[in-house]
Amino acid sequence: MKTGKETIEAVFAAHTKPLLVAFTVAGDPEYGVSLRIMKEMALAGADIIELGLPFSDPVADGPVIQRADLRAMDTGMNTDRLLDLVREFRSSSKVPIVILTYANLIMRRGISRFYTDAAAAGIDGVVIADVPYEESEPFTKAAEQSGVAPIMMVSPTTSDERLSGILNKAAGFIYLVAVMGVTGARTGVEQTALDLLKRVKTKTSVPVAPGFGISTPEQVREWADHDADAVIVGSAIVRRIEDNLGDPDAIVSAVGTYIRTLKKP
Amino acid sequence: MKLPSRFGEYGGCYVPETLIAALEELEKAYLQILPGNTFQSELIHYLTEFAGRDTPLTYCRNMSADLGCKVYLKREDLLHSGAHKLNNAIGQALLAKFMGKTRLIAETGAGQHGVATAIAGATLGMSVEVYMGEVDVERQALNVARMKMMGAKVIPVQSGTRTLKDAINEAMRDWVASVGDTHYVIGTVVGPHPFPLLVRDLQSVIGTETRRQILEKEGKLPTTIVACIGGGSNAIGMFHPFVNDAVTLIGVEAGGEGLDGKHGATLCGGSPGVLHGNFSYILQDSYGQIQESHSVSAGLDYPGVGPEHSMHKDSGRVMYTAVTDTEALDAFLYLSRTEGIIPALESSHAVAYARRIVPALKTDDILVINLSGRGDKDVSQVIDLMQQNGVAL
Ligand SMILES: Cc1ncc(COP(=O)(O)O)c(C=O)c1O
Repeated sequence: MKTGKETIEAVFAAHTKPLLVAFTVAGDPEYGVSLRIMKEMALAGADIIELGLPFSDPVADGPVIQRADLRAMDTGMNTDRLLDLVREFRSSSKVPIVILTYANLIMRRGISRFYTDAAAAGIDGVVIADVPYEESEPFTKAAEQSGVAPIMMVSPTTSDERLSGILNKAAGFIYLVAVMGVTGARTGVEQTALDLLKRVKTKTSVPVAPGFGISTPEQVREWADHDADAVIVGSAIVRRIEDNLGDPDAIVSAVGTYIRTLKKP
Repeated sequence: MKLPSRFGEYGGCYVPETLIAALEELEKAYLQILPGNTFQSELIHYLTEFAGRDTPLTYCRNMSADLGCKVYLKREDLLHSGAHKLNNAIGQALLAKFMGKTRLIAETGAGQHGVATAIAGATLGMSVEVYMGEVDVERQALNVARMKMMGAKVIPVQSGTRTLKDAINEAMRDWVASVGDTHYVIGTVVGPHPFPLLVRDLQSVIGTETRRQILEKEGKLPTTIVACIGGGSNAIGMFHPFVNDAVTLIGVEAGGEGLDGKHGATLCGGSPGVLHGNFSYILQDSYGQIQESHSVSAGLDYPGVGPEHSMHKDSGRVMYTAVTDTEALDAFLYLSRTEGIIPALESSHAVAYARRIVPALKTDDILVINLSGRGDKDVSQVIDLMQQNGVAL
């Protein structure tokens, strides 16, 4: 059986670029609908699903994802339920899953236990919004032992010296933070982010995926033109859930329709 | 980072990648600008001419007679702004100015740190925006008005528990997007490295003065020092210059409704975890979600605490304890009536615990209470609470 890291590598090798990494908060708006959303994302062409494990204090997230976190926690999402959700999804789909969360949820479970449980449930990668390179050692070590890809973030302010260290540890893909700010849909692509992409691509063969602020097909095309290996779309998807609350069918179809527009070249 | 970012195992730098460059820049300023003569003479100028340092170390005759030992109050309530927070705010604002920043952001709970940052911004000619939980905006209306009067913008925070914790989240989110021209003046010894170090150094003026003053007055060091703990800045500022001395140090947390009920006693009732950029004791559930804190005093209503305190807890160097809302209210009135000093509800926690331990002290033992702030901001809240409890003023 392939490790999570190998699974992600294989998907990057086999799929047409740019891949789409589609984000949703696990358990938003509740467990059952969340599972349907994941399945629809896979059907609609998402190459990788990024699942947010909601945290009470998500400092890297803007209002849209904060509200999704609250909806999910209010309907009982937690680390155990997240693992259930992934296992259930895994029974019918092979699309790689990457978890996005915050340090404390992993530390509270026990770092090594978290990664072991994640790998066993079928999680392929983990990215931690508040663990920079300096604090990453215990997490990347546990990731390595479990086969889960330690996905590292880089930002336009990351120095060359730190960039080298980060790229040394990174596996699966590199999460390129495309705006100086929190998550949330924006228009356009910032030059500093494009410069960073160039800087990263000259230094590594690990795929690079810009995220934060990407919501339109035009942005996806622009990133593709600059040779991004994937794009990560989050808040724009979550907003489609929020816009259709109370109507699960409408949520699922809005998410699916939107992903298809992003996947169309 | 050049410096160790931890106190024992606590502290660190758990922030989004986007903030690292700003923290490195701040650490560089901490190492190169802060100790320099130019900066230090400016800081001393502001602390003395503007803020009113030294603050007195007041011998309390009535309380001493009542309690049966020598009781001194370190009068941070007499600092300009009415609380110790200005020591830190003026220092950080000045540092930011030296660094070329033009905009200050801050979080505030009780409003004291927001007021202090508004003061610093006004006098140094920097723009100020203060994040404040909606709940706190309501219970600290006086301080909201003071901030606005001094030209600061107050931004009510509606997310999460709508108190100090969420105000910090919001300030960090702002900073991630504005690091170029903005400094985040964090109000206590929490946050990612180097904030806990920086704030501790700026607040240590409290303990350094106290040490000199008590030696002048008594010719010896105090037996015991008591300070209240929210994030822990007034306490660490007072304790730090005494950690290597034979002095009993006691930190008093917000016991709220009691440790089996809702409270803000992070060290007494919490466990280690990561909140707001550092590893320290926090209030959390079994999954690691941060739990809501509670205290009658907005400034202590916080589910985290500075990492240096966590180290002192584990080593036993500082004793940490808690008093309830009710005990704090009693102490508020006690100090007002006994000494003619209306303490902040935060500081009232220290007074309350001092009353509890005094029976164990001898007549010539010296007890120092850090009176971190004055209680004007709390007067209307205390009147409401007394009415609820059916007590006449
Ligand atoms: C007067 C006063 N004392 C104490 C505190 C608690 O903060 P810290 O523990 O950082 O001193 C506050 C916070 O707002 C305060 O206003």
